[in-house]
Amino acid sequence: MSDGWIKRNVRAIRGRAYPRVIGSTREPSWMFFDVALPLLTVAAYAYIYKFMNAQAQYIGYVVIGGAMTAFWLNVLWSMASQLYWEKEIGNLQLYLMAPISRMSILAGMAVGGLFETTLRAVSTLVIGVVLFSVALNLSHPLMLFGIFFLTMVALYGMGMMFASLYLLFGREAYHMSNLMTEPVYLASGFYFPVKQLGFWAATGASLIPITLGLDAIRQLFYPTKTQDAFLPIATEALILLALCVVFLILAKYSLDYMERLGKTSGRLTLRWQ
Amino acid sequence: MGDTPAVETKALTRVFQPKKKKEGKSVTALDRVDLRIEKGELFGLLGPNGAGKTTLLKILSTLLLPTSGKAYVAGFDLEKDFVEVRRRINMVSGGEISGYGLLTVRENLWMFSQFYGIKSKDAKERIDSLLDKFGLSDKRDEKVRTLSTGQRQKMNVVRGFVTDPDILFLDEPTLGLDVNASRVIRDHIVDWVDNGKDKTVLLTTHYMAEADQLCNRIAIIDEGKILACNTPENLKKMVRMNKTLTLDVTLLADKSVLGAVKGVDKFTYVDDAEKNLTHLKFVLTDESAVSDIVSDVLGNGSKIVSLQKTEPTLEDVFIKMVGKGFE
Repeated sequence: MSDGWIKRNVRAIRGRAYPRVIGSTREPSWMFFDVALPLLTVAAYAYIYKFMNAQAQYIGYVVIGGAMTAFWLNVLWSMASQLYWEKEIGNLQLYLMAPISRMSILAGMAVGGLFETTLRAVSTLVIGVVLFSVALNLSHPLMLFGIFFLTMVALYGMGMMFASLYLLFGREAYHMSNLMTEPVYLASGFYFPVKQLGFWAATGASLIPITLGLDAIRQLFYPTKTQDAFLPIATEALILLALCVVFLILAKYSLDYMERLGKTSGRLTLRWQ
Repeated sequence: MGDTPAVETKALTRVFQPKKKKEGKSVTALDRVDLRIEKGELFGLLGPNGAGKTTLLKILSTLLLPTSGKAYVAGFDLEKDFVEVRRRINMVSGGEISGYGLLTVRENLWMFSQFYGIKSKDAKERIDSLLDKFGLSDKRDEKVRTLSTGQRQKMNVVRGFVTDPDILFLDEPTLGLDVNASRVIRDHIVDWVDNGKDKTVLLTTHYMAEADQLCNRIAIIDEGKILACNTPENLKKMVRMNKTLTLDVTLLADKSVLGAVKGVDKFTYVDDAEKNLTHLKFVLTDESAVSDIVSDVLGNGSKIVSLQKTEPTLEDVFIKMVGKGFE
């Protein structure tokens, strides 16, 4: 009937990633909404820093942070909320009926989401760098890739965990996403170095993987500006690695819990229930 | 696994509890259901809304757990071996809106095939062949959001067949479709069961004629209980309803002998002098009376213009069993 378990799940990941990958070519309107609009916010902060005669790297921090907002929004609206919407259109029960791990479905969403969001983030970054003449000095591209990779696995792992929790909360999850958008911009230091929040506030905000990821990425682009760094890059990498493991395990646990509860109560996973 | 049934349930019970106690009483959707569906059968499940049909399908497709009792699909325990069950089944529901509107028909079907681990090349060949059979070839590169209701449902049904399951659950697959779209789907279901090796379909439908036409056996379910389970012919025999014979003959002068024919319970007639016809209607207690009636009519010098015998329908069976129709 079909090949082994691993092949089946790899194909499932590819299958579920496909709509997101192909979606970025079918809906060109994202260029405006997901690139131009974040640039407006970036521009606002850039002009504030210019007006205040802040050091040049601050505009670079804003551009990098502005680009990274795309990942946070993608995790909130296209990962965390996704199973709820999949349930509403009837896809969820088809996913649950398939002979694959549910983690493969979420992994497919994450891989596809990461692909389309990276396109957006890179577009924002490139346009921001050109518009504001930002000078980036990247000395360790492999390390940048490593930090970015860990940040994304931890971040999307968190999104995978939220996906099941949102399903439990139903429509109220919508408000949670709204609630978590702007406060996280502040807590994670999207437009300023998170160190400015103070040690304990920044430590608390580090539970959101993008906080440390963003701080480490900024350090890699501005290696001489150590006074703005929250923690050393190696420490941040280790914490991110731990967050990857924790969030992926929690995602698997909450997914199993959600499915078990759905099968028992008949409410969570079936359309109109 | 020689004579392992495709589906077997033993005292299968499902009770839905209210979300909060004050929201009402619990609902028993399935009440000790015993069912055995053999491999290669096209089995129908008939019942009014809320009878428990969909609940049964959800349990058999591993989406719901029973409250008590056991269920086996392809010989596997639904609770313990659900992954093995999932490899062998698929399900399509009427009125589905699954998939993604920005994907084409072919891409959507390919995506769902990937969840069953089917090689892309094989999947695409199957998809093209099925789209051709369902008359959707010209739509294969159209985005799903541009399809009509009928086209979309055909695509959904194709999704069920693309994974080539051993057992296919169809929950009112022709709901709301026009005659042509329904016929294409019905024809393919019959063809798939007849020509596949041990392919099994469990079909729920509101359409009595569809069940009568397609199914080898039918179970009638109401309030979570199976009231009867047999072939459509045997179910109809269970309804001890007199058959009627209606005849249009050229104007018949002497009808006195017709009422006395053995096996005739009641006899009525209407003369239509304008058309030179007599309409005769007999309620029969014995079918052998038909030949005597015909002989008597011809013996009186009249000619038969039309003849119609009416038998009990599945709807009559359903009404007798359930006490109501599909209102």
